[in-house]
Formats: sequence, structure tokens, C-alpha cells
Amino acid sequence: MNAMPNGAILSATGIHKRFGALVVLDDIDFAMGAEEAVGIVGPNGAGKTTLLSVLSGAYPPSAGTVAFKGGDVTALPATQRCRLGLVRTHQVPKPFGGMTAFENVFVAASHGAGLSRDEAYEEALGSLKLCGVLGVANRRAETLGLLDRKRLELARALAAKPTLLLLDEIGGGLTDGEAGELVETIRELRRRRIAIVWIEHIVHILLQVAERLICMDAGKIIADGEPQAVMADPQVISAYLGGGPK
Amino acid sequence: MSTASPVIERGTAASRIAGLGVAAIIVLLAVAPQFLSAGAVDRMTALFIYVILAAMWNALAGYGGLVSVGQQVFFGLGAYFAIRLANAGLNPFVSLFVAAVIVGAVSWPISLFMLRLKNGEFAIGMWVIAALAHLLVNLDRLIQGETGTSLISLNVYDASTRRLTIYWLALASMTALLAVLFGLLRGSTGAAIRAIRDNEDAAASVGVRVTGTKRLLFVLAAFGIGIAGALWLASATTFQPKTYFSVQWTAYMIFMVLVGGIGTFEGAILGALLFFLIETWFGGTGVWYLIGLGATALAFSLLLPRGLWGTVEERFGWRLLSVGYRVRLASGTAGPTGETALPASITTHREKA
Repeated sequence: MNAMPNGAILSATGIHKRFGALVVLDDIDFAMGAEEAVGIVGPNGAGKTTLLSVLSGAYPPSAGTVAFKGGDVTALPATQRCRLGLVRTHQVPKPFGGMTAFENVFVAASHGAGLSRDEAYEEALGSLKLCGVLGVANRRAETLGLLDRKRLELARALAAKPTLLLLDEIGGGLTDGEAGELVETIRELRRRRIAIVWIEHIVHILLQVAERLICMDAGKIIADGEPQAVMADPQVISAYLGGGPK
Repeated sequence: MSTASPVIERGTAASRIAGLGVAAIIVLLAVAPQFLSAGAVDRMTALFIYVILAAMWNALAGYGGLVSVGQQVFFGLGAYFAIRLANAGLNPFVSLFVAAVIVGAVSWPISLFMLRLKNGEFAIGMWVIAALAHLLVNLDRLIQGETGTSLISLNVYDASTRRLTIYWLALASMTALLAVLFGLLRGSTGAAIRAIRDNEDAAASVGVRVTGTKRLLFVLAAFGIGIAGALWLASATTFQPKTYFSVQWTAYMIFMVLVGGIGTFEGAILGALLFFLIETWFGGTGVWYLIGLGATALAFSLLLPRGLWGTVEERFGWRLLSVGYRVRLASGTAGPTGETALPASITTHREKA
């Protein structure tokens, strides 16, 4: 494995992903530094969630390599990547429905983070508290409403002690107050030096946290850089408004 | 953390009493043959074997989400390997346990391809494996096809010694297997097993080793059912392949677990007890017995889909042999309801099947 750029935690090179004839990711190159917070925007179907799935190991790319912390992880399944510190959340929360909220988070702390029992208890409780779901710790996840499921999804990922957290639309459908809490939570993660990749449609939430913005369209990265500059990019505006030839 | 940090509770006062109760029952069962007739000792041996079968199927399906209709393969192989080992000169009682170890070892390679299958494919695939194993065993000349053979080396012991030894071996096996299972399900592996049942992808995404964990459960269940098959052979002495490799064994396991309460540790034991009582009282009525079993299963699936214990647990919040975790919030960090201990009623919904 070649040495990565100094301080880079994740790099994806030449990523393609095809499902049959459908090309979802078309030659993506992406690298980010440790402790960086990167936002990803783009219209529906741009390939954002697929990129996250390839990065997290949910499925392999059709071509290309993913490197994390200086090692090639392209062939590693999600379980191993999680244990290395590369953890994702799901756009549609995937709680362990028959287990309590605490048990959901405990699984991540004891298996993902590899903590001993007492450490895992503490980590699990801390994550529930940080995400505002400690009060429903004994509720079965299948009885929780969507908002609490989303919070639990984040708490569970945190309990796996990520160094890089991949967030997939955790802000959708939130009220302004709830969005404010979420931003505070994410800022706390940044204080804990966790690097973040965050896909979000609600750009104004994203801009409060992200120091770098990527815009995807039709499986390609069409803009990458300082958030305000990206939002002002003619290609980005065109992708969102669907106007004009590319 | 601060002094007001929440506490994790694993048991309740009731579950500690239940633990003592279970220990007392096992001691009573150990001395029970002194007071029981020979026929009753044989019946109790059958009960212990039923409990093993129910607990193993429940672990696999109720906790691990691995619904199999081919578990008779391990029951039949347990008996078959015991016959083979005894025939090779090994002490027949030792053979029973060595046979179960071999069943566990055989289940490992089977798991390599069976665990790639999902849901219905896995369930039916296991049945195919059972049918295949049945045919292979029939090819063994020692077994003489469906004519079968018997564990003749047991005849060196007199009937009473044999009966009591098998009784105690069955009791010890049941106790040990339940203890191992409880320990496994109560530990962090148990949490992983339940997570896999609820959402395999999500489990992998938070660092659970999905295939390895399933394999552990699969092999443990095979081993336990192998012991059950070998013990059944010891108590029946005759071995006819079609009896041991019959799908009825898995049907019984499913009956016991569904009636008792799938995904609850108490439920499997209760279901085995209920099945045992039905069999004891109505087993002599021939075809009506089977119709009664079917009707009972139907009534439960329509009226009490959570089974006996699942319903009790939900309605009264009883947790005796619980493998779960409960958070008790210290005062000052009370939940939104204002209670320091979160209400039990909302934590007692059924384990998802």
C-alpha cells in the first residue's frame, strides 16, 4: 500500500459501482483528513448512499480501492471496517427491533468497539445520553418513533467508537429545535476528534458543521471544496435545478 | 461518570428466586428416582430429552432467527454415531457423548454452506440435509437399512442400573446444556445473536461477526440435539433410521417452542413440559392425539401467538430467566415519565420471532 497523503484517514480511488447495466458510481476519487468534517449533497439518485455503502463495506465496489488509516480495506467486510473505526449509520434506521435501546447500543460497544463488559456499559450509556435517548433505554427499539430511531441509530454507531463516522441523512424530517440539538451533538463529536462524512439534503444544517462540501450528480463528484463556493458553483446549481445541458 | 450514573441490572428479585428454584428442582429431580416407578423414571428421561430439544430449537430460531425444519438430522446422527462407536467397542454410555461431539464436528462443515442460505431456503435446505443423512445412514451395513439395529452392548448392565444411569445422564445433560445456553445468551455473544436475528446488515455494520456467531449457535444446537438423539437411543435401545430421522422430531420442537413462547428461555422449558403432559395423558389415543396436538398448535398460533410464557411476560412483566439488560436511572436523571426506574410494562413485549 502506498503511503497516503499526510494526515489522510480515508481515501477512495477510482471507485465504480454498477448494478447490472446501471452505473451508480462513475470513477469517484475522494480523500479526507483525520478530524475533517465533509458534507455530501446532491440530487436524489446521485449515488451518495451507494458511495457510503462502498466506503463502509456494505458492498464491494465494481472497481477501485478504499484505503482507511493507511491500509487497503477494499476486501474487508463491514464488520472488520467497523472494528477499525469506520462506522456508518443508515438512511432508514435499522434498529434491532426486538432488543431494548440500551441493548442496541451495547452490542455496538462490546463488539464494534471491542470493550469489556463494564466499559461497554459506560460507553453505551454515554452514547444514549449524548443522543438524547437515555430516557427510552429500556424500550424495545421496535416501539420507538422515527425520531428516536434516528437518534438511536446515531447512538449505536457512536458506541462502536468510530474514528470516522459516515452519516446518512440523519437530519431529515427534523423540526428546527431538533435540528439544533443534532448540530450540537455533531459538534460534540468533532470536539472528540471524530472525522465525519455527512450526507444531508438539509443544507443549512450541514453548513453549520461541514468545513468542506462535496456535490455529487449522476455518480460523479461535480464539485468539491469550501462549502459556500460549492453552493455557488454553476454546475451544482444546474444539478439541483435540473436545467441545461451539462 | 458522575455519581448519578445509571446502573445496569441483569436480574430482578424474582429472577434470583427463580435461580434458586431451578437449583432446588434439579436437586429434587436428581433424588426423584428413589420415589418413582420404573415407568415414571423412563417418562422423566423423555421429558429431559424434550427440554433439550425445545431449548436448542428455541436458541436457534427464537434467539438466532435460524428457523430449521431439519434438526432431526442431528438427532438421527447422534443415535447413529453412538451405535457405531458402541459397535467399535467403546463403552455405550461414553459413546453417547462422544457421538454428540462428532455430531457437533459434522455440523461445522454443514454450516459452511447452509448458513449462506436465508430464511425459507435455510429451513427447507436443512430438511434436505436430514433426508440425505437418512439415506447415507441406510447404506451402512451395520444398520441393515430400515430393519435397524440396537445398542446391544447396553445389555451387559441390568435393567435397573441402565434405567437409572440414563435418567441421570439425561438430567445432567439437560442441566449442563441449559446452563451453557443461558450463559451464552446472557453474555455479549447473546446480544450479538439477537442483533443478527433482528437485522443482519445492521449487526455487521456495528462490528458483529455475523457468520461466525451464527456458526457457533448452529454447532451448539447440533451438539445438544445430538446428545438428545443419543440419549433417546440409550433409553429406547433400538435404532431404526426412519424413526430417528423423522421430521416429527422437528415438528415436536416447533410445537414446544411456539406453545411455550418463542424467544423466551422459560418458554421452551414450559412448552416441553406441556408437550410431555399432553403426550402422557393423550399419547395412547392414537390418531386423536395427533389431531389434538395440531389443534393445540392452531389454537395457540391464533389466540396466543406469543406462546404461554410470552403472554405471561407481556401481561405481568415476569422475568425469571431473563437474558436482557435493564437500565435503572439514578435519581436526578429520571426519564421523561419522571420515574427513576423505567416502567417494566413497556420493556416486556415479545422477543421478535
